[in-house]
Amino acid sequence: MNESNSVQRQVDAVYRAESRRVFATLIRLLGDFDLAEEALHEAFAVAMEQWPRDGAPNNPRAWLVSVGRFRAIDTIRRRTRFDASLAELAERIDAAEPDVRADEDVEDDRLRLIFTCCHPSLPQDAQVALTLREVCGLKTEEIASAFLVAPPTLAQRIVRAKAKIRAAGIPYQVPSIEDLPDRLDTVLQVIYLVFNEGYAASSGPSLTRADLSGEAIRLGRLVMELLPNPEVMGLLALMLLQESRRAARTSPEGDLILLADQDRSRWNQAQIAEGRALVQQALSSQQVGPYALQAAIAAVHAEAPSPATTDWTQIVGLYGLLAQIEPSPVVQLNRAVAVAMRDGPQAGLQLLDEILAEGDLANYHLAHAARADLCRRLGETAAARASYQRALELVKQEPERRFLESRLRELV
Amino acid sequence: MKYMLLIYSDENAWTDDEQQRCYQESVQLTQDLHASGKYLGASPLHSVTTATSVRVRDGKRLVTDGPFAETREQLGGYFLIDAQDLDDAIAIAGRIPSVYKGTVEIRPILELTGLPTDQ
Repeated sequence: MNESNSVQRQVDAVYRAESRRVFATLIRLLGDFDLAEEALHEAFAVAMEQWPRDGAPNNPRAWLVSVGRFRAIDTIRRRTRFDASLAELAERIDAAEPDVRADEDVEDDRLRLIFTCCHPSLPQDAQVALTLREVCGLKTEEIASAFLVAPPTLAQRIVRAKAKIRAAGIPYQVPSIEDLPDRLDTVLQVIYLVFNEGYAASSGPSLTRADLSGEAIRLGRLVMELLPNPEVMGLLALMLLQESRRAARTSPEGDLILLADQDRSRWNQAQIAEGRALVQQALSSQQVGPYALQAAIAAVHAEAPSPATTDWTQIVGLYGLLAQIEPSPVVQLNRAVAVAMRDGPQAGLQLLDEILAEGDLANYHLAHAARADLCRRLGETAAARASYQRALELVKQEPERRFLESRLRELV
Repeated sequence: MKYMLLIYSDENAWTDDEQQRCYQESVQLTQDLHASGKYLGASPLHSVTTATSVRVRDGKRLVTDGPFAETREQLGGYFLIDAQDLDDAIAIAGRIPSVYKGTVEIRPILELTGLPTDQ
């Protein structure tokens, strides 16, 4: 009884540690997601049966890949009786080298899987769902509830994506050197989207869904391990530095607390230290990208013991650089807010009104909230009220709405 | 895998010179593809103003002037290729001269048994 419990625990531990790696290698060997998934489960079923009797193998991962592969060949051969075209497939897989060796090859399999799941020919919501499902091993129901969609909708999204991978011939490979920057960009976008969905849920009653952010950070670490590129470092640093403020950014009632009002002793110093070290490394690489710059801005905030002692000159400069390599009205908005902190609200308001006049941010609630705050600091109560009201018309998230309402009430 | 690359662009946006150059470069591309064993077929199409549409409904054949659908960009030609995978097909699509003016849509070929073969 105890003996079988301990083997059960051992199989469970191997499943948690190795199942995604085994899965990635099986996809490479079998060339099909569903076949690989089936083979993975069969391999673990055989392990449950054999390991208690014969003892666990020395290299459980290689054993599982090998058993899964043979089981898949058997499955295809059985189906061959009904579909002759499968015979060739079974022969091809059988003839291929069952190379399950060096650890780095296995890690390459995981990197291939990430690039397949984040292929630009898949719609972005499918990229996200597929990455969380196939790379992270999350259950369909877990992903559906995290993104507030019905499980059948999400399941269908995944089924369609897998069908497209098969029919359109989306390859299972790390992109060529010339395609790598673009393709890596898509991967980083997916990871940051998952992080943001966990950090600042786009709608709904709860401000954060910590599990998704944790999953995104794990993905970021995995990609950095496999591909230590400065933008990967920058993204991981950015996520860690934002995550370090999680405990301080909401009140016990779930209300939003602005950066300036946060209790900085509650910031996670281990995450800040790791994030800062990564920022340094990314900035010294000579090819500074948008993630590294955003991480550098977050690092300047993290270094300041209080809002007043923040190095706003450096933050304004970093936003200026960011606006050069990635021109966006939201970056301009953030720069205007930093200018207001450095030179006073009047200077910030002037810049902000120029940006609003461009029209791109007319329906962006944070632009109106920022304007309201600057007017409030200048004592222009009527203008502040109008801007808070405009922001309230546009806001979608409950805690942000409560925050804006309380600011509006505080206006005399 | 076989792919059909469908080339769409606004016909009126081409000068005669541009069109001639596009044809020449496309012919060169077919030669390159043929040399690497990836060429199955390719051709530009005459203007959409020469199009005729046919449908049979209730046993009656209806012939109308013009394309199936009036769109801002029109189907102007195609490449039929045998590529390694979608990434290979994307790379080839990026070498079609019209990609700089219009859009190339990549569609995987659905293999059907029983079709006549050239060999």
